[in-house]
Amino acid sequence: MKRLLVVDTSVRVVFHSILVLSLYFLFAGHNQPGGGFVGGLTAGAAISFRYVAGGVAEVRRAFPLRPWTIMGGGLLIGVLTAILPILSGNALLEHAAWEADIAILGTVKATSALPFDIGVYLVVLGLILMMFEAFGDDEAIDEAVGASVRGDALEADSVVSDLFELEQIRELQLRRSRRDQL
Amino acid sequence: MTALIPLPIAIPLLAAAISVIVGRSRQAQRVIGLVALASTTAISIALLIGADRDGILVAQSGGWPAPIGISLVVDRLSGIMLVTSALMLLAVLIFAIGQGGVERQHVAFHPMYLVLASGVAASLTTGDLFNLFVAFEMMLAASYVLITMGGRADQVRSGMTYVVISLVASTFFIVVLALVYTATGTVNFADLAGRIPQLPQGTQVMFAVALLVVFGIKAGLFPLFFWLPDSYPTAPGPVTAIFAGLLTKVGVYAIIRTQTLLFPAEAQLGTLLLVVASLTMAVGVFGAIAQDDMKRILSFHIVSQIGYMIFALGLFTVAGLAAAVFYTFNNIILKTSLLLVTGLVERRGGSSRLSEVGGLVRGAPLLGLMFALPALSLAGLPPFGGFVAKFAVFDAGVQSSEWVVVGVAAFVSLLTLYSMTKIWAGAFWGDPDDRPRQRPDTSDTLGGPALMMASTAAVVVIGVAVMIFARPLYSLSERAAEDLLEPIRYVSAVMGGRP
Repeated sequence: MKRLLVVDTSVRVVFHSILVLSLYFLFAGHNQPGGGFVGGLTAGAAISFRYVAGGVAEVRRAFPLRPWTIMGGGLLIGVLTAILPILSGNALLEHAAWEADIAILGTVKATSALPFDIGVYLVVLGLILMMFEAFGDDEAIDEAVGASVRGDALEADSVVSDLFELEQIRELQLRRSRRDQL
Repeated sequence: MTALIPLPIAIPLLAAAISVIVGRSRQAQRVIGLVALASTTAISIALLIGADRDGILVAQSGGWPAPIGISLVVDRLSGIMLVTSALMLLAVLIFAIGQGGVERQHVAFHPMYLVLASGVAASLTTGDLFNLFVAFEMMLAASYVLITMGGRADQVRSGMTYVVISLVASTFFIVVLALVYTATGTVNFADLAGRIPQLPQGTQVMFAVALLVVFGIKAGLFPLFFWLPDSYPTAPGPVTAIFAGLLTKVGVYAIIRTQTLLFPAEAQLGTLLLVVASLTMAVGVFGAIAQDDMKRILSFHIVSQIGYMIFALGLFTVAGLAAAVFYTFNNIILKTSLLLVTGLVERRGGSSRLSEVGGLVRGAPLLGLMFALPALSLAGLPPFGGFVAKFAVFDAGVQSSEWVVVGVAAFVSLLTLYSMTKIWAGAFWGDPDDRPRQRPDTSDTLGGPALMMASTAAVVVIGVAVMIFARPLYSLSERAAEDLLEPIRYVSAVMGGRP
């Protein structure tokens, strides 16, 4: 993958600020526009920058946890906050709220809706990571694009025909594995 | 007891979360899935017993009282459907584990299957129209993944049909939901039951028809069934079995629930339902006769059988509704067992096309028996459960003097029997005309791997148990029907005495 200095540098600047914004959305969501879903999508936007800059490898470097762990963990947190009130004899999804005075921040209100929102945030985040994982990198396509950008039509052509063969081989493998399956 | 109500929704969802996390170990996923569905089954049985003994069970989620919060309600109808669906989900999961195939190849099978289980339970217990939409979406989102699992070209093609038609139905559902909310200011079933009668009668009928169309697409009513015989057969074996057995009947449940609870007698669609039911029965069975593939024959029979349930519902009498309830849960069991057997036939004979398999009864007599029992029951031969169900439907029809529809139903019954004998003669007797496309697997002496055989046998035995316990089950259905015809019981249970 060809890295571009300008993109790399600006992504490095923007990435963390967008993540902080997504966290702000997550926490503000209780009384203001935002919430787990919006926060998760914002974090997804930050990840897409990393993907554009450096492909899947870069995304993996940003989030060392595997996507399904994040997604499953989020769902787990969400469902647990729904179920826990039942164990203490309350209704499903019943929520509680606490207020506390904390230095600097002032009066902070915390609700048990927050863990639920965190769960949603993680599910969305995990889903987006999974999507980029599925898109993956296609070195061959990169090569073809690179060659055609360089104006090297002959090379681009040969790479494209390679791609074609690769596709056919894949198709054959797929058929074979399906036959084994059945 | 009311604390148990959310659990059939929550437990599979929790299990799905854990199943995603432990995705690398198929063994762990299997244990989680089995434990979750087994405990859901136990809880469902407890809920049915509770609802039958103490009357309608209600839980208000979030602790908010009825029209504000989302009510979860288990009455006898919900209880019966919960128990039947939980049993089928468990049996089909065991079948899928025995078969390997998609279950072994795809990390997403277990989590998606559990989300489907959760969505089904949510559809059956919710007391809220919007929540019903959410539950349907849960079910559908999971089914989109399950139906295309394996990624063959024909699967993706027919999966597209399924996805598009489901999205159209969902869009229509949300539009109807918005209209209902605009007209009444509530989406709670119990609250709606009080407010819809105050609307002008034309509006009431429009809502009744709109909801019938929404759920009719899901249930496969004429003329909205066209997607069904095309998309179900291409899914992996166990997935076809659970979709065919369960998903359309969740649509039927939603039709029964909304038509009986929400609309007063003068807005009920009796005649329309009877006409649609006759056409559904007839068109489904004629479609089945023209087919060669076992899965396609049975898929057309799903449509035809839905007609009987809607016929019984359309009478709006205790006898009719009791027949509808009995027919529905009996049909879930029969359809699941028939399609599980089809999965076994496909494995043993190398194909599910009648022209390509044959003579299976020689090598695998047990397979023949497991097909014959539910097939005869489906056709309505005494003394099977299907006979009791059909007799109840006919009896209710005769009591209401709906001679034409009874005549159609009787004729369709004969054609059903013809279809079943065709499958029997094609797959179990005689010799195949063509060579199957896949190599037959005749290595097992029983007829298939032990787990697949055992789970199929268990569903067949449940079907036989319906025959043995037909009397108590029918009187339970009758009590459920009485509840359905007295919506005031439901309303006062949910609203806690307030109007």
